Amino acid sequence: MSKFKKKANTSQNIPTSALPDIIFMLLFFFMVTTVLRETDILVKNALPTASQLQKLEKKSLVSFVYIGEPKDTDKYGKEPRIQVNDVLIEPEDIPQFVLQEKEKLDESEKDKIIMSLKIDRDAKMGILIDVKQQLREANALKVNYSSMPSGNKS
Amino acid sequence: MRKGRREPQEVNAGSMADIAFLLLIFFLVTTTIASDKGIAVLLPPKPEEQDDVKIKEKNIFNILINSKDMLLLEDDPGEISDIDEKVREFLTNNGKNPKLSDSPQKAVVSLKTDRGTSYEKYIEVYDELKITYNKLRAESLGLTLDQYNNLDKKKDAHKEMLKRASDAYPFRVSDAEPTDISKLR
Repeated sequence: MSKFKKKANTSQNIPTSALPDIIFMLLFFFMVTTVLRETDILVKNALPTASQLQKLEKKSLVSFVYIGEPKDTDKYGKEPRIQVNDVLIEPEDIPQFVLQEKEKLDESEKDKIIMSLKIDRDAKMGILIDVKQQLREANALKVNYSSMPSGNKS
Repeated sequence: MRKGRREPQEVNAGSMADIAFLLLIFFLVTTTIASDKGIAVLLPPKPEEQDDVKIKEKNIFNILINSKDMLLLEDDPGEISDIDEKVREFLTNNGKNPKLSDSPQKAVVSLKTDRGTSYEKYIEVYDELKITYNKLRAESLGLTLDQYNNLDKKKDAHKEMLKRASDAYPFRVSDAEPTDISKLR
């Protein structure tokens, strides 16, 4: 009788030692993918701080534009440059980029496109003025100056 | 027989999965939230589509920032900390002082920058203006600034309050047309 009992006891354990490995694999997958997309930025990108921030509502409507001094100064020079989709472009190319981004959206949402400008805090207004003129030209009027939250000063 | 049936020695690692899950969720949450906050701005349409709106001189509050990041508020040099007080006086004037605005609805703050102005300064000034407006809006609803910022657009009651506040103090800050110097004055 004791022999039977023993057998029943052992078979109740489900081997769970492989479960953490699977979860860790998932974890590593997410960590790697999220990091890869963020760090492909070719320009310096230390965002300014501000207190009155608004959240971006619909992520599908948002397109990102990065502006700052190139990290690889030997190759691209020290002047702040504009980056979209892994390439550095000139202000004149922005309307084309906006059209491309609008193409990805539904017909009804095309005018609601939001441009999120991630601009380095050391950049000058000159390049931003050029970019804004081009965005107006391309009829992408909703703009969001990306910045880091600071404590509420009041 | 006996040897084959013997279970291999195991460490109880079931809770390891929970720890890993916790980490996984932590990374998922932090990576999405961190990057999607900012100051929302609506640009004016293309210059040729725009009607030439004439605004009275007294309804415009001029802020100029030069390439050395120095501020000019109306005609006096000033600091960022002066903006709140001066813009508040300008907005809440309601026609009392003939040199200041007629009403908050008609008042416009014009922000003009040089090409050499640093972006950081521009955002600082813009943020300061937002603070001033949001404070006034909060006051018109009888709330504090923090309470106002925590109002949720998705709730109907809050939405109505936000609309009332933005009608009382519409956020009319315009970036002056960079190419057209004649509009500066």
